[in-house]
Amino acid sequence: MIRKLGAMVVEGVWRLGFATRFLFLLLRYSGQSFTRLHLTLREIYFSGVLSLLIILVSGLFVGLVLGLQGYETLQRYGSSEALGVLVALSLTRELGPVVAGLLFASRAGSAVTAEIGLMKTTEQLKAMDMMAVNPIARVAAPRFWGGVISMPILAALFSAMGILGGWLIGVAFIGVDDGAFWSQMQAAVDIRHDIINGVIKSFVFGVAVSLIAVFEGYDCVPTAEGVSRAITRTVVSSALAILALDFVLTSFMFRG
Amino acid sequence: MSRSTIDLWVGIFVLMGCAAILFLALKVGNLSASSFAENYTIEANFSNIGGLKVRAPVKVAGVVVGRVSDIRYDNERFEAVVSLTLDSRYSFPRDTIGEILTSGLLGEQYVGLEPGGDERSLKAGDSLKITQSAVVLEKLIGQFLFNKAAEAPQQ
Repeated sequence: MIRKLGAMVVEGVWRLGFATRFLFLLLRYSGQSFTRLHLTLREIYFSGVLSLLIILVSGLFVGLVLGLQGYETLQRYGSSEALGVLVALSLTRELGPVVAGLLFASRAGSAVTAEIGLMKTTEQLKAMDMMAVNPIARVAAPRFWGGVISMPILAALFSAMGILGGWLIGVAFIGVDDGAFWSQMQAAVDIRHDIINGVIKSFVFGVAVSLIAVFEGYDCVPTAEGVSRAITRTVVSSALAILALDFVLTSFMFRG
Repeated sequence: MSRSTIDLWVGIFVLMGCAAILFLALKVGNLSASSFAENYTIEANFSNIGGLKVRAPVKVAGVVVGRVSDIRYDNERFEAVVSLTLDSRYSFPRDTIGEILTSGLLGEQYVGLEPGGDERSLKAGDSLKITQSAVVLEKLIGQFLFNKAAEAPQQ
């Protein structure tokens, strides 16, 4: 029992070390991968453009729910005009990056892990190595950068869409004053403090999710079961990483 | 799908992202009004600032002309020193009165300036001569009770 626990800890530390080395390899070979930019563009297409629909639709619905629930609470205190502030701050600071990150991990991260895992299982990565093509530069780095570039864009779209959703419920359906909605929002939201920090958060989440997805695919046990386990691990550890990093970043950014 | 179509889609995607960030920056965050390009800083001493926060607005006649840039405690005068950063487009007489007001019943506190009649203007580094502190609810109630008690015997 204790031996098993020790083995698990050793295994975890070993994987963490390998992941760190893998990150350095990725960064080292990304110069090579950028010389063939179309590979990265293709990955932005697959993980970014194809995630647009789910991001936009869920952003809209999150905004609608925030609008409804926020109005419900705020009107008790007679300050329903502050709805814009509530919706904008909660989206740009927290919900935009976090929910977009979670959606991105399950929509795009899992696909990347599955793709690389299957490539490993069918020994395509080994074949590339044999042909003197570096699999990290050819396969892993474009997918990593595709995710890192897509994630902030998706999070910004999520926030923008959510604010439009909140506006739709608050102003168009319930009838909060349009001018007060926007002007209170503009008075309360600060560019550097709220919006830039949200973008930084989504960038960090993009790096974390992409690294986890690429690494789990690269590191998976090359069997059908191993690939499925790797995909599960990608989604679970991405979600945990996003929430944990969110706490750390929030405590740095919004303290005081 | 051919490469050029993918390029087109990625282009559209990146454009949408830029549009979203621009929307957040301009429409939600109001980039244009949040920072004053040219400004100068004056100081004001208050015996009590209530719940005033850094970055609270400074208003004259209801118009935002600056922000609170710093709040310190002066241990020699036992007063709070509030630095006000004002837009250089506006200048105010030297006998301007500074007061701490509240917007609405539960709203945030801000610094209101009441321009006086002096012909010389406030310069950077000057401090306001006359200030009025924040209204503290407990003191207000205490004063009210005290006045009530003073009135009572006459009736």
